[in-house]
Amino acid sequence: MAVRTYYTREHEWVRIEEGVAICGITDYAQTQLGDVVYVELPEVGAEIARDGEAAVVESTKAASDVYAPVTGTILAVNDRLEESPDLVNESAEDQGWFFRMQIDDEGELDELMDEEGYQAFVEELD
Amino acid sequence: MRYLPITDADRSGMLQAIGAPSVEALFADVPEGALLAEPVDLPRHAGEFEVERRLSRLAARNRAAGAGPFFCGAGSYRHHIPAAVDYLIQRGEFLTSYTPYQPEIAQGTLQYLFEFQTQVCLLTGMEVANASMYDGATAAAEAVTMANRVTRRSKAVVSGNLHPHYRDTAATLARFQGFALEAGPPMPAGGEDLASRIDDETSCVVVQYPDLFGNISDFSALAEAAHAKGALLVVVVTEIVALGALRPPGEMGADIVAAEGQSLGNAMGFGGPHLGLFAARTRHMRQMPGRLCGETVDADGRRGYVLTLATREQHIRRERATSNICTNSGLCSLAFTIHLTLLGETGLKRLAALNHAGAVSLADRLGARVVTPAFFNEFTVRLAGDAAGAVEQLAGEGILAGVPVSRLHPGAGLDDLLLVAVTETTDEEDLAALAEALS
Amino acid sequence: MSGDFHDTVSGDLGLRIEEPPIFEQDSPGALGVDWPETEAGADRLGGLARSGAIGLPSLAEPTVVRHYTRLSQKNYGIDTGLFPLGSCTMKHNPRLNERVARLPGFADIHPLQPESTVQGALALCRELQRWLTVLTGMPGVALTPGAGAHGELCGMMAIRAALDAGGAANADRKRVLVPDSAHGTNPATAAALGFEVVSIPEDGRGRVDPGRFEALAGEGGVAAVMLTNPNTCGVFENDIRRIADAVHEAGGYFYCDGANFNAIVGRVRPGDLGVDAMHINLHKTFSTPHGGGGPGSGPVVFSEALAPFAPVPRIVGEDGALRLEEANGQAFGRMKAFHGQMGMFVRALAYMMSHGADGLRQVSGDAVLNANYLLRKLEDVYSAPFAHAGPAMHEALFDDRALKDTGVSTLDIAKAMIDEGLHPMTVYFPLVVHGAMLVEPTETETRASLDRFVAIMRGLAERAHDGAPLTEAPFHAPRRRLDETQAARKPVLRWRGAGE
Repeated sequence: MAVRTYYTREHEWVRIEEGVAICGITDYAQTQLGDVVYVELPEVGAEIARDGEAAVVESTKAASDVYAPVTGTILAVNDRLEESPDLVNESAEDQGWFFRMQIDDEGELDELMDEEGYQAFVEELD
Repeated sequence: MRYLPITDADRSGMLQAIGAPSVEALFADVPEGALLAEPVDLPRHAGEFEVERRLSRLAARNRAAGAGPFFCGAGSYRHHIPAAVDYLIQRGEFLTSYTPYQPEIAQGTLQYLFEFQTQVCLLTGMEVANASMYDGATAAAEAVTMANRVTRRSKAVVSGNLHPHYRDTAATLARFQGFALEAGPPMPAGGEDLASRIDDETSCVVVQYPDLFGNISDFSALAEAAHAKGALLVVVVTEIVALGALRPPGEMGADIVAAEGQSLGNAMGFGGPHLGLFAARTRHMRQMPGRLCGETVDADGRRGYVLTLATREQHIRRERATSNICTNSGLCSLAFTIHLTLLGETGLKRLAALNHAGAVSLADRLGARVVTPAFFNEFTVRLAGDAAGAVEQLAGEGILAGVPVSRLHPGAGLDDLLLVAVTETTDEEDLAALAEALS
Repeated sequence: MSGDFHDTVSGDLGLRIEEPPIFEQDSPGALGVDWPETEAGADRLGGLARSGAIGLPSLAEPTVVRHYTRLSQKNYGIDTGLFPLGSCTMKHNPRLNERVARLPGFADIHPLQPESTVQGALALCRELQRWLTVLTGMPGVALTPGAGAHGELCGMMAIRAALDAGGAANADRKRVLVPDSAHGTNPATAAALGFEVVSIPEDGRGRVDPGRFEALAGEGGVAAVMLTNPNTCGVFENDIRRIADAVHEAGGYFYCDGANFNAIVGRVRPGDLGVDAMHINLHKTFSTPHGGGGPGSGPVVFSEALAPFAPVPRIVGEDGALRLEEANGQAFGRMKAFHGQMGMFVRALAYMMSHGADGLRQVSGDAVLNANYLLRKLEDVYSAPFAHAGPAMHEALFDDRALKDTGVSTLDIAKAMIDEGLHPMTVYFPLVVHGAMLVEPTETETRASLDRFVAIMRGLAERAHDGAPLTEAPFHAPRRRLDETQAARKPVLRWRGAGE
């Protein structure tokens, strides 16, 4: 199955790899936040509903909630962010991923934006 | 009026510049009828001498502790404050400065806060401390809510020997935040079994060290019992000088220490302002309430200090903050840290030893009437009759004999108990006078 | 080192002296206080004596005095110069207040001495209550809250208690309406007590739109509104009575954040505007010092409806036989140990007595005059979003539109002010305008001082447009800009020796 990436209006990305969702915040979001200093990650095993609070990302001046883009169960979190929150700034959509989720209902993905849609969404904001 | 420098000439010139006919015109947005045409019904302004005279008369209607033998404690203690402390905290750059949000011109405040946090860690045996809170009681209440956040539970088990004002302060938060606070009955001679009250719902156990009645006990086993159930141990200290002589709570497995720091550098002042000390473990750092000062570097690479981890606080997180607190006890923490710096390692230990020796000396004179088996500088005495009555009578004779337990535990059947504190300010004559008065 | 200086060996620059932490000045054997050694005897510590070193450094008194004197010289205070920090009321702190607070009859008394031995202290509290009730037109006073935010907590707890006393039907009253321009403590307080915060958007005039408010209040479940008046946009909520009526009609209460009381003290009584509870920052309006971040004191005044729910302790009885009441049927509980910030009460009362009813009226008048003067003198170079929405009260609010295309931000202006010998104004607050600069001169500045401020601010605006390197400022302060990212990513919150 090909890798597919989806985006939310809350500036999260979801990449589906072998049926598992990998989630993080977008490059646009990290530039808006500035230097990320801390990421509070969910507990492995936690079940989170779509749009439920899954993580908190903090810069020196702001703390923002990160919501689950889809309903599911947390399988793993990116432990490297504990020591190196700067990964979110340097590689938001790759090394700076937040957590992996088992998705309950893949149908929920259809309601998210694709890359093109998200680019258009961001351009409207600027 | 001596504090108001704008002259009549200034005022008319400025009004002209603004284009307003009068000062009153600037209040045009105040609704009809709500703008007072005349001064309110209070006295007119007064000169410095007059104000000082009137307030001095009120002060003279109070009996100052220094006027005779004095033995009150129970959360506020009379210690000697070195002259340098009061001089230094009144330097205008400290006294009239603001919260150090502009670190380039607040390094003085920030550096002493950094030193203060370090001193609090050393005294308590903990890993991280904040820049102080309102007082010991609010620090203790915040410790409970922090334990609730850390454990995601909502029941605190509270020792019956916790100072009732501390218990009640936490109970107020419990009522409005909807968590449970289970406090046991007071046990003046100690021996409380708290471990058996911890269950899987318990977020923390709150104990006091030394406790209200002066008891000191080892909480190591209690810490283990709490941890085994996933709960935290909160240790409250109301007499911080005790930690110059006693094993620190951090060595006994405490997860949070909430203390009153008034004893160092700060006058009793009828109970306020005091300063809350708050220390915890590094792993819970981000759940701590209050301000934190941290070390960093400036644009030229020089060591400097800033308030940090501010995203926990109300001005950023607003309704998601760890607490609504936005004040520490700045000047009180400065007094604390200066006093402790003057004392140093040797001075603090000597001070604590003096306090304990005085208390032991008094306890020896009172013999079997002392209820408290092990204590630091304060213990409980059982009198033949009502302690409040005895205290009132002795006050008439010029002795402030201590705090009757009934003042803090009314109607608890403890009316014959008296809390007696001895510090380095208590001398041999004072001890003899109280021993005789109570005999 | 950068800027105009030549490097020095020590890092010192003339009178600006580098000062290492006390832990790096440890001189084992030195003593700063002479307490005698205690003769060894049997202790009664129950086997819990501390073993080993605490780790505190040893310094003699001269070293200690020099240390804190040098630290103080790295601080800016009101005694140093104009301190235009909006919403903070940094006014002159009279030294008389410090002197009277240190009278042994106030400082050297214990909170639990027999009441018969502290009648003067209780009378002073009573007198402070009288001044506060007359000035606010509200009958109840709780003295114990330790600061403004603590006062908010107190006021909102009383509101919750009053709602609960109104019966089970009130259990669902959880909505608290809070304007976007509010201090962060307002929503934090409401949320801490389990209320749901409902934001009220600003109406374009820096105020709450009364129609919008009435609609929100009409949606049911309203517990309270939390409003600052004058508000943080620096203007008076002229529809305040309509707002009060709407919240009362909806069955809720009106909490007023009293942070800006300095603008109206002696001229407007909040009780006349329909307020049910309001905290008063004694360290702002009544000039007990800020002390680098406290201690504060935040007494709360209550309307007739809320007064029965005020916390304990309360002062009751007649002069000469005053008592502290520790329990009362409807009181919601206790806020902190003992009876409140007595040391702050003495200072505040000294300040009030010094000014009197006439002087306090002049306080608000001059505070408002000074703010309007600055607004008028600066609005052509710094954009003022609400300058034409009525007179300013005691603060002048600017935004960063006038700095557009200069590459200079609000923060840069603030930091450049430091090099000019000023403390920055409040920046990026309130949140409702972009790049906010909130200037509160207070009434204790001379006209000359205000004119100097205007000249400096105009000069900075000019330099911003001329491309001066303000983004690097300050150059001349004890420290340049500090790396907050590093501080937060790798927190170092205590001193540690090498190898620790």
